[in-house]
Formats: sequence, C-alpha cells, structure tokens
Amino acid sequence: MEGVQLNLISKDRLDRMATMEKLRMILDEVKAGKIVVLESGLTPEEEAKLIEMTMLEIDHENFIGIEVESYPQKVVKSFFKKIFGKKEGRLTLIGPANRLKTLEKHEDQIRALVQFS
Amino acid sequence: MGWKIRLRKRFGFLFKWIFKKDKMRIGIYGPPNAGKTTLANRILRDWTGDIMGSASDVPHETRKARMREGVRIEVDGRSLNIDIVDTPGLATKIDFQEFLKYGMDEEEAKRRAKEATEGVIEAIKWLDDLDGVLLVMDSSEDPFTQINVTIVGNIEARGLPLLIAANKIDLPNASPARIKSAFPQHPVVPISALKGLNIDNLYKLLAEKFG
Repeated sequence: MEGVQLNLISKDRLDRMATMEKLRMILDEVKAGKIVVLESGLTPEEEAKLIEMTMLEIDHENFIGIEVESYPQKVVKSFFKKIFGKKEGRLTLIGPANRLKTLEKHEDQIRALVQFS
Repeated sequence: MGWKIRLRKRFGFLFKWIFKKDKMRIGIYGPPNAGKTTLANRILRDWTGDIMGSASDVPHETRKARMREGVRIEVDGRSLNIDIVDTPGLATKIDFQEFLKYGMDEEEAKRRAKEATEGVIEAIKWLDDLDGVLLVMDSSEDPFTQINVTIVGNIEARGLPLLIAANKIDLPNASPARIKSAFPQHPVVPISALKGLNIDNLYKLLAEKFG
C-alpha cells in the first residue's frame, strides 16, 4: 500500500528523551520522508535548535528543510505560573518541506496537505 | 530545565531594568521578505543619514547579520541609544529552485541557498546577545506562520522586550489588525518602512519599549 508514514510520539516518551535525542530522532524520521506527530510538541528553544540543525543538513538535492505545524503557546495569566511554571509545547506535526504544505493556519485550527512522493 | 534557570529567565527583565545599560542592542527579526533591511535602512537614514545594506524582492537578500552601533533616536524629549542588528530572514526550509525564478543560474541559486542556511543559523545565535527585538511581519500576509510563532516563543522564553512592526501597510490587502489579534500579548505598530508611513509612531514606541 502506498502512502505516507505517520509516527505519533507520546508525551511520556518525549518527556523521557533529552533535547538532542528528541531532535535527532525527528530529523532522521523526517529526512526518511516520514511525518512526525509530537503529542506535547517542543519548547521554543527546542524549535530554534531544530531549525539550526535542519539548516546544517539541507543538501539542496534530497532534503530542502522541514515544515512544522503547531499552535502558539497559550498566554499564561497567573503570576505564579509565569514565574515558576514550565512552558510546554502543544501538539506539533513535523514533516519534510517537499511533502508537507500548510494550507491555512489559525490560532486554534491548522489545515495542511501531505503529498505522496 | 532546572528551576534556577527558569527563574533567571523569568526575572531577566528585572535584572536588566535594575542594571540598565546605556546602550541597547536591538535585533531586527522576521521571515524573509518582511522588510527587515528596508526598515533598518529607514531607521539609519532618519538618524544617521546612512543605510544598512541593499534590499530586494529576492528572498534571503540579507544572508549575514549586519550591525550598526551607536544609533541615537530622540523622540518627545526621550533619547534612545541603540546598536541595530539586521538579521537574515528566518526559515525552516530553503529551496534553491525558488531562486531560479529570479533569473539565477543553478550554481548561483545553490550558492545563495547555502549562504541563506548559514544566515538562518547566525540569526538564531544572535538571539543570545540582544537586549530587545523588533519583529517585522508583512501585514499583507497571514501572521500565523510557524516562523513567527517560533520567533515570538523564543523571545518570550528569553525574557526579551519585543515590539512587532506590522510592515507594508501601503499594500491594498494589508491588515495590521490580523497581527494584533494573532499576538495580543505584544505591542504592534503598523508601518510602511518603504514609504515611511507611521514611522514617527514606531520611534515613539521604540523609545518607550527600549529606552
């Protein structure tokens, strides 16, 4: 059966992984043409690191980068949470830029297109 | 991340406020073609009579960060002394084929794409050496892009003051209101860096936010 492989990674598994381990896993899967869905997403710092690593691996032939789909982080209103709360990412979908395309993105809804090879 | 690091990040703004610097280093960020260099040129022309660099319609025209030190902005009796860092456009993908549309040959397009990837890394690295960010968005386009979300998230995580410039309001389909509703937690100033529209208001807000 032809199709695109989706890898859904649970929050529990993501929590057990170190940042670099997480990012390496994502990039390896995406470079292999798979779509990775992260239940709890990445922190902004992890997203920036992922972009840096992606830039280093673009070869201008087979891999031109990634497409990331996630919602903005929720605005924290409580003072206590602002100071001591850990910011957590939200559901995130990451795929190869030549297969995953954003169609429409809103605060609470994202429409994307996944292309077969 | 340890609670000590989180605490330092959360209270960073307080530390900076107490030990206020004489000079702020402000980074101009945004996706490619948002008008970052055009805005940097406008600011420099208005306050120093100089420019930062060339701007063009071809994406990733700026592929190396450029800094101009000691720019003095004076508005309503307030003065602001800043170093301006014009950064390359941030992106999650760079396809050399895009540059072929602008009449480049393959070799030139690939070279530009490689330089652009290095530029993105440099722009991200600069975030650690700034005191504030002026984020430029194209108000004629959808603001809910992953790059905008990632930049805002990183600036918030670092506790840096942020001002959003909703650029290109001279275009017929411009909607700064869309940017305001997408990022309600940050001040948004509608401008046209190219035509100089509402630039005085930008300087006023710059002085308030970073002064």
